[in-house]
Formats: sequence, structure tokens, C-alpha cells
Amino acid sequence: MQDLGIKILLQGDNLVRLLQGLGVTISISVISVLLSLAFGVLLGIVMMVKNPLIRFITRLYLEFIRIMPQLVLLFLVYFGSAKHLGWDLGGETASVIVFVLWGTAEMGDLVRGALQSISVHQTESGKALGLTKGQIYYYILIPQAVKRLIPQAMNLVTRMIKTTSLIVLIGVVEVVKTGQQIIESARLTSPSAALWIYGVIFFMYFIICYPISLIAGHLEKVWKE
Amino acid sequence: MDWNFIVQYSDLYKEAALLTVRIAWIGILGSLILGLICGMIRYYKVPVLSQIAGIYIELSRNTPLLIQLFFLYFGLPKIGIVLQSETCAIAGLIFLGGSYMAEAFRSGIEAVDRIQMESGLSLGLTRRQVFFYIIFPQAAAVAVPGIGANAIFLIKETSVFSVVALMDLMHVAKDLIGLYYKTDEALFMLVVSYLIILLPVSIILTFLERRLRYAGFGN
Repeated sequence: MQDLGIKILLQGDNLVRLLQGLGVTISISVISVLLSLAFGVLLGIVMMVKNPLIRFITRLYLEFIRIMPQLVLLFLVYFGSAKHLGWDLGGETASVIVFVLWGTAEMGDLVRGALQSISVHQTESGKALGLTKGQIYYYILIPQAVKRLIPQAMNLVTRMIKTTSLIVLIGVVEVVKTGQQIIESARLTSPSAALWIYGVIFFMYFIICYPISLIAGHLEKVWKE
Repeated sequence: MDWNFIVQYSDLYKEAALLTVRIAWIGILGSLILGLICGMIRYYKVPVLSQIAGIYIELSRNTPLLIQLFFLYFGLPKIGIVLQSETCAIAGLIFLGGSYMAEAFRSGIEAVDRIQMESGLSLGLTRRQVFFYIIFPQAAAVAVPGIGANAIFLIKETSVFSVVALMDLMHVAKDLIGLYYKTDEALFMLVVSYLIILLPVSIILTFLERRLRYAGFGN
């Protein structure tokens, strides 16, 4: 620690800029997470349908999305859409599209898993009582599934937030890019800036994700009994 | 689709894919070892070490690999620790994977009933014997699906290694798009390369999981 590089953070409006970058990261995460949760629940219910064609299509979608690294998906949408559809998607739009596609697949699978984990007796008892299909879902399956689902969904949210760090690679100006700009501009005055800036960004992600993981772990333990 | 172009540049992809596989392989192996050590430290509540392992696990699980790599590759040289690209990639992957593997092992060990350990001890086995002959084999069976999922996750995470100046698949694809505007061909090869790497792993793990379910115990 030759020169106290941490003062780079306090110079000018560097910290404010970094936080603004973080704001971009968070807003992209929040939009993607909300859309994915909504579409994911729908997908999960659709996946319970017995129609073989629907099963095959949803399965194919799920497996393809899950097996591809998220960065590959980002490249596909970002470069592919420009070439074929002539769309000039900004990096932001492309990343939201990719994260919603991916998040929906993951969330759909969680919803399906949670619904399937509930014993068949529950549905059958509901039928025996004369409930309609909608009533069985609304009064019996969903309340039980939700308890299993929420901790897993929260873990998915932290994964999505962590994955948003990739969007710097398709040119979105978010927290990492802002950090790089600060490092570049301070190259001569403060050569050790990289250590501090990347360290700070590291802890920014930690501060956002850790509480969510903590609550998820706690809920999982409480609801297990 | 320009097939000649694909044939012409397939060697680049082959090399990049081999690099990915090599790093992923070392990274997964390293993660397993680190994860097993951390998992055991946490399970036996070794004083001090257990707290350190706990902090490490939380730090690594709640931050993205990309930032970890940036820190290792651009940050650490400022305090005199210079890592080669490949060392850096492997270190990053092990740092990330170790915590995921530790959690998988821990959930496996915790799934083994305490009575198993007590029975072993009452039969006069030492603690080490109990662990290696009784707890570990059962815990491993429970932990395998989690470990498999983590392995696939780690292979997928290798896609960010272009940021530490490694010629990986993403790097090759981006180069070809930038140099020749062959977007379709480059992306097609990219998807195919990852499918060739990941599909067999995924299929093998599905079979393994099914077999282990047959080898269930207790119920």
C-alpha cells in the first residue's frame, strides 16, 4: 500500500459516480427479477399440463436456456438481433431480455418442482371434496408450494443480481464500467486505484446479496419444520 | 450460413474449447478439494478455522466471479501479487467453486442421521473410521446431485475468462464478429461448442443421479 489509494474514492464525485453505476445495475436487476418471477410462475403452471407437445416445447426451452452460459445468451441476443432483425437494441434492453428469458426458465422450474413436491393426496382430497381445479390450486396447492418456493426464489434473485455483472461485457455503463473509467482517469495520480475500486465493487455486490441469502437461509430453516 | 468459413475457423474454436475444458477440469477438482476441507471444518466446528471458512463461504457465494477475477487480475498486482492469466482464472474458479462445493458436502453430511455416528462410536470405531467408513459414503450419495449441478455451473462460469485475456470461446466469437462481420457463423459455432462441452456432462449427471436414487438407504 504505497500510497493510500483509497482516497481515490473520496476525490471529486467518484463515489457518487460509482453509486450511480450501481443504480444502473440494480435497476436492470429489479426489472428482470420482477418480470421473471411473474412469467416464471405462469411457466411453472403451464409445465404441469399433460399435453405432450406443450411439455416438449417448454422442456426444450428450459434445457437450452439452462445449459447455455448466460454470457452466450447475451451475445446471441445482442449481436444476433442487430444482424437479423435490424434492431439496434441498447445493451440495457438486450440484457433485460436475456435475464427475463433465463430467469423465467429457472423460476418456472422452481415453481414446477414446488408444485410437484406436494403429495398427490392433496389434489385428490380436494377433488373428493368437490373443489374445482382453480380452487384446488388457489386454496390447497399454491399456499403449500409458496413455502417451499420463496427461499429458492430468493436464491435465484441473488444469482440474477450477481449475473448482471456480465452486462459490462456488452457495453452497458454500470458499476464495473464506471469503476474502470475512474481507474483509467486516475492511472497517473493514483496507480493503486484498481485494487481499491474493484475491492469496493466486490463489497457492494456482497452487501446487496448477503442479506437476501441470509433471509432465504433463515426462511428455509423455519419453514422446514 | 457460410460453411467454408466455419470449417476454416473451426480450429480456433477447438483450441478455445480445449482451454475451457482444461481450466474447468482443474477448477472443479480444486473446488472439490477446497469444498471438502471447508465442509469438514464447518461440520466439526474447528475453532477459528470454522469462522474463517464461514466468512470465506459467504464472501464467495455472494459476489460475482467477474468481480473476483477483476480483483485478482487488476487489483492484486498493485500490491505486488502478479498472477498469470491462466493461474488467475483457475484461482478465481476455485475461489468461487470451493464455497458451492462446501455447501453441497455440508448438506450431504447433515443428511446422515446422528445415530449413525453414535452407533459407529459405540461399536468402538475411532472418529476417523466413523467418518470414512460410515458417514462419508452416505453423505457422498446425497451430495452428488448438488456437486454435479455445481460442476455444470462452474463450466458455464468459465465463459467470463476472456476478461483476464484468455483466448476462450467468447473471445474467439467476439473476434470473428469484429473482424469479419460473420455474426451468424461465429455465434453458431459458439453455441455448438458449448453444447459439445456441456451436453455430455449434463446427460452423465442425470444418469448418475438416477442410479444413486436406486442406491438409497433407510427408505
